[in-house]
Amino acid sequence: MNKLDKIESKYLKTDIPEFSPGDKVRVKIKISEENKDRIQVFEGIVISIKGSGINKTFMVRKISFNSVGVERTFLLNSPVIQSIEKVNEGAVRRAKLYYLRDRIGKKSKIKSK
Amino acid sequence: MVNAIYGKKIGCTQVFNKNGNALYVTAIEAEPCIVIQVKDNEKDGYNALKVGFGKIKEKKATRPHEGEFVKNKVNLKKYLREIRVDKFDREYKPGDSLDLKIFKVGDKVKITGNSKGKGFAGVIKRHGFHRGKMSHGSHSHRIPGSVGMCATPSRIAKGKKMPGRMGGSKVTVPGSEIVDIIEDQNLVLVKGSVPGAKGSLVFLRKI
Repeated sequence: MNKLDKIESKYLKTDIPEFSPGDKVRVKIKISEENKDRIQVFEGIVISIKGSGINKTFMVRKISFNSVGVERTFLLNSPVIQSIEKVNEGAVRRAKLYYLRDRIGKKSKIKSK
Repeated sequence: MVNAIYGKKIGCTQVFNKNGNALYVTAIEAEPCIVIQVKDNEKDGYNALKVGFGKIKEKKATRPHEGEFVKNKVNLKKYLREIRVDKFDREYKPGDSLDLKIFKVGDKVKITGNSKGKGFAGVIKRHGFHRGKMSHGSHSHRIPGSVGMCATPSRIAKGKKMPGRMGGSKVTVPGSEIVDIIEDQNLVLVKGSVPGAKGSLVFLRKI
């Protein structure tokens, strides 16, 4: 273990559930306003997982109001993320599900395992 | 008060602060510096500590270098440097060590290091000149432009910015914030980048 990994290990979370691209997740994000914190939930399909160590990120895509696709990238170990909950396990054959961006309606559905 | 220390650049990484923001930090390893000699105003004309820092194999040290350490009965170190001090807050003697306790999280430090050599660089990289058009019949892509003119002044002004050797010089970053101090590993994390390659010597002084 080199020295940089040792530094990072202090900031890494240990309680992250395992999930992979295609899974549906519910991410609880802490949003701090002027003098109070509140929790916002972002629920969608994980379309990519990138990086390693403290730099690991995952991208969640959800279909919002008026069928507008919304994607958010989170740093996995960020303290902003309160919890990640796996809702559904998806059966996919790719690591990056960017093809979902071109699909609408029934074709954008992912079969569950 | 002694408010400076020498360290070794380890590398860059990313950490989170209390608000959940990811910060770009540089890790600097500051093993204790060993005091070799104390210079004072009366005897030497200025206050300073002569310190040793870093590991070195015994056979690699030159005789004069080794002599400095043998004379003052301290362990051999790689680098031999002086830290100027305005006023001593306590008495120092050879063999004492300076460590990271002089800093605390949130302090601002000046960091001095030797920047990476960039070789012979053009004016765009070296001085931040703008480039010319790359197409539409232009031949002036990355050239410095007119430098001396024809009749007036028909010479090149002194100090004109030109291509040449870049980097490999002493650079000081004016105010980097200390994000974290890991005492058991002698590591200090400072916000932002630090001049020099990994493993190079850097100097930290509290502002």
